[in-house]
Amino acid sequence: MNYETCLNKFYGWMGNWLNVNFGWSFKVPPMVTHIISMLLIMIGMLAFLAVTVIILIWLERKISARIQNRVGPMMAGFKFMGRLSMWAGGWAQVPLDALKLLLKEDIVNNKADRVGFFLAPFICMMSAFMAYMVIPFSRGLVAQDLNIGVLYLVAVSSYMVIAILLAGWSSGNKYSLIGGLRSASQIISYEVPMLFGIITPVMLAGSMSLVDIVEAQKQGWFIIPQIVAFLVFFIAATAEINRTPFDLPEAESELVAGFATEYSGMRFAMFFLAEFSNMFIISAVAATLFLGGWLLPAGVQAQVPTALQLGGLTIPHFDILLGAVVFFFKTYILVALLMWFRWTYPRVRVDQLMGLGWKVLLPVGFINMLLTGFWFLKR
Amino acid sequence: MEKNLEQLEKHELIVNMGPQHPSTHGVLRLVVTLDGERVLNCRPVVGYLHRALEKIAENRTYHQFIPLTDRVDYCASMNANWAWVGAVEKLADIQVPPRAEYLRVIVGELNRIASHLVWWATFLLDLGAVTPFNYAFRDREMILDLFEMVCGARLLYSYMRVGGVSRDLPDEFIPAARNFIKHFRKMLPEYHALVSGNVIFQERVVNKGFLPEQLALDYGVTGPNLRASGVDWDLRRDEPYSAYPQFEFKVPVSEKGDCMARYDVRMIEMEESLKIVEQALNKLPGGKIIADIPLKLEVPKGETYFRSEAPRGEMGVYLVSEGGQKPYRAKIRTGSFSNLSVFPVMVKGLLLQDLVAISGSMDFILPEIDR
Repeated sequence: MNYETCLNKFYGWMGNWLNVNFGWSFKVPPMVTHIISMLLIMIGMLAFLAVTVIILIWLERKISARIQNRVGPMMAGFKFMGRLSMWAGGWAQVPLDALKLLLKEDIVNNKADRVGFFLAPFICMMSAFMAYMVIPFSRGLVAQDLNIGVLYLVAVSSYMVIAILLAGWSSGNKYSLIGGLRSASQIISYEVPMLFGIITPVMLAGSMSLVDIVEAQKQGWFIIPQIVAFLVFFIAATAEINRTPFDLPEAESELVAGFATEYSGMRFAMFFLAEFSNMFIISAVAATLFLGGWLLPAGVQAQVPTALQLGGLTIPHFDILLGAVVFFFKTYILVALLMWFRWTYPRVRVDQLMGLGWKVLLPVGFINMLLTGFWFLKR
Repeated sequence: MEKNLEQLEKHELIVNMGPQHPSTHGVLRLVVTLDGERVLNCRPVVGYLHRALEKIAENRTYHQFIPLTDRVDYCASMNANWAWVGAVEKLADIQVPPRAEYLRVIVGELNRIASHLVWWATFLLDLGAVTPFNYAFRDREMILDLFEMVCGARLLYSYMRVGGVSRDLPDEFIPAARNFIKHFRKMLPEYHALVSGNVIFQERVVNKGFLPEQLALDYGVTGPNLRASGVDWDLRRDEPYSAYPQFEFKVPVSEKGDCMARYDVRMIEMEESLKIVEQALNKLPGGKIIADIPLKLEVPKGETYFRSEAPRGEMGVYLVSEGGQKPYRAKIRTGSFSNLSVFPVMVKGLLLQDLVAISGSMDFILPEIDR
């Protein structure tokens, strides 16, 4: 079952209701159904993205505060009592910050190339948003199960580099320019090892569809035979989304704010949104490819019923609900790991970054892929 | 198309880092010429914080100038006070009571630790590690609390007076100081565990930013930076002043001269300072805390130079007196100024990120450079 069949059922019920009560009779053409369902999914995904980013920013602030002996935001929002406010307080801080950014003046400096300057945040946003389309949140809970899902993911995430390069170049600021160029070289370099990390689950599953890859992990998660590929992918992905220790494009100690130096208000917020959204995507993809997506470990997964009987109450589609919970749990564990990196490590140097990408991750990923291939041949 | 490519103009990128920039501590301005990421040339521009302190000194009595010495180095005000009062005492030939000397040593060494903690925090901020900052400032807070007990101020102390110190220790100071020593002894290994062994940190500092011994001597580099380049020179031991001869401490020296050596030397220096404070607290003599000197202090005609070991190098005060209550000329020599002058030589040909790392490891403080 997916959204579209759901929607079709709804139209059928609606048509029936109109027919019975008002005597109206019409049939919705399938094209319109498709467009409307896609629009609804898009709106739902946008809302999901906004909420996810709000949660992630709040989480980042709270986790960093914990690591640094602080309590983080604790005033905005409902008043909790005592220690609870340390953990749950301040939840309204991020929406209020977003509101503030919305209300700020949109400043463009004189030297900026206006077209590029205006386009960059949108391209950045778009690349972050499009990746959500193929991620399976649970069994059947995927916007569009593309048969080239992995390829699509890699392709749309590459748009990021255009946005950052454009932002850096069009800002008319030297720090932005250096930040943009650093970012371009970094993302292009790390795309290759990341692909070598992604390719092995594809080989094991024999499919590029993310849903198929998850289904192929029913016997065991791919992280166990492919721990090397997982590490290569995760390190390369950290670099790909410019997180510490690879956050060179926005290294504040030398480049002020890197490519985003000249941005303010909502345009800046869009870069910020994309950054956090990317963090979620990377973690979600890692969870899907290597940690079995919505699946519990093999032995336990077989026990999960499709409908749960709780006394007299029946919970339908219990396995889908549980799958979503499992998926988000895995994803947020990886997100927390990324945040832990950020608040612990110093930043690497630009040549060391290139060295790690080309001299370590690339050969390791390549050899790992070859070994996986030989294993297939031998079998 | 090919013709156009040949006509492309190539030029170096001149980046103006500062005076408002996240990685220049204070208002340092560096005009950096870049070829891609490589630094071709670096020109520090100083003077944004010039307050003509030396000229003001000519119009103040010797006592009145003490609060202004705080402003020479706001991270180590006690040591800056000390250089000034030491020079005046040397010129006027004033004997300081032993208890006052001990109190000076205690606050001076505590301030050295506080200053090195600020350096540690900001150095790691420059390298992109944000968290250590909070740990360092947590521990520095305890030292500031101690200073608040002693003199009521937390940053600009004006604690020392010509001939002694302004106030005796309150009763709660000694237990609190011992508590700090115990706490900090526990914290230092934690610092090492968090940072010193980290692979990324090591990659950034080991064998990066060499300062050869001869270059350091040529440019008059002093303090921990000089000791990290292999010169065994510490005024507290080699030209002893105040009560330092009565304490046992090691002077850390490293032969390597890279950023890691400067890091190690300062980290060990903090331990040694703790030892000195502990010994001083144990052996603290009784008696007066200030010599009997008139409020209107008349200094005889003559000139003198007194230098002391401040956290960032030698801080010396050259005084010329024509008699009377005011100096004829005062010159303050500070460590950071010489350390900054060698900086452009060190960074030439390195990467932009090395420049930031080196500037962090050298521990500049701007009011000291401009005065």
